[in-house]
Amino acid sequence: MEAAAQEFSSVVQAHRPQIFRFLLASTRDVDLAETLTQECFLKAHRNWDRFRGESSAMTWLMRIAINLEKDHWRNRRLQFWRHTRTNSVDLDEAGEWLPSGERSAEQKMLAREQVQHVWNAVERLSARQRTVFLLRFVEDQELNEIALATGLSEGTVKAHLSRALGKVRAELRGKP
Amino acid sequence: MSFWTKLPDEKPEQAEDEALEQALKNFRSSVHGWSEAMYSQPRQTMGVVRQTSWRVAAGWALGCVLAVGSVAGGVYDHHHRQEVARIAAAAEAARQQKVAAEQQARKESEDLLAKVDSDVSRAVPSAMEPLARLMADDTPQ
Repeated sequence: MEAAAQEFSSVVQAHRPQIFRFLLASTRDVDLAETLTQECFLKAHRNWDRFRGESSAMTWLMRIAINLEKDHWRNRRLQFWRHTRTNSVDLDEAGEWLPSGERSAEQKMLAREQVQHVWNAVERLSARQRTVFLLRFVEDQELNEIALATGLSEGTVKAHLSRALGKVRAELRGKP
Repeated sequence: MSFWTKLPDEKPEQAEDEALEQALKNFRSSVHGWSEAMYSQPRQTMGVVRQTSWRVAAGWALGCVLAVGSVAGGVYDHHHRQEVARIAAAAEAARQQKVAAEQQARKESEDLLAKVDSDVSRAVPSAMEPLARLMADDTPQ
């Protein structure tokens, strides 16, 4: 019992930032990402004894996070009478974040513009395409891991990824 | 600004791929940087909690109003039904009373007629009574 608790605690420490990052990129809402991350680990804790280790803990957690996000948007659609404003930051603000590397002002501007274009494209992706795209290009997950986390086949993941990249490419070309 | 600034002897697809790759790298770095900054900053949950508790209070108030309204509506409906039933019962009683009065009046009228008939029959002179009885016996069967 004690060992399981310690094991879970180490899983939380290892994977919490990544789950938060994925949810933040998916929702662009810091508070919502934080709330969903907490819910994700709460759910994982409740079901930790059922985790068989067939996939990695990260993949298992990511699957929970994806389902929670899906449920969240579904519930929001049903609760249309509620306050509809979200706390999502706008795309300009999201695109402002760049690591402070050794870059010239021009490079920084170019990079910022590229990031902005990618965000614009991500905004137009379907929920599934966005999830697959973020898992691949932000979380660096392999296709088989994405397939396990999303419950899709590898072929479907490839197809979504291809369409998502097509949209990013078009956006970068200036023809969204 | 276009990202497809082609170098000499470079194929457009290659330039596109490089630009795409660079854009994806920058995007990845940007999201990682943003997430790290947001993850490490202390959460200001008070506002959320306050907002949430306000919503909960409003929800409870609305729920109470609805509950009281439905109970009051039920009570009013019950009272209204009772009133309607009482009026209907009174109307029925009045109708029955009227029917009984009519029956009584009819009966009294019949009794009066019978009495008059009897009085009229008794008006035959007593000397004629045997003859009258004979006439009654002679009537064909």
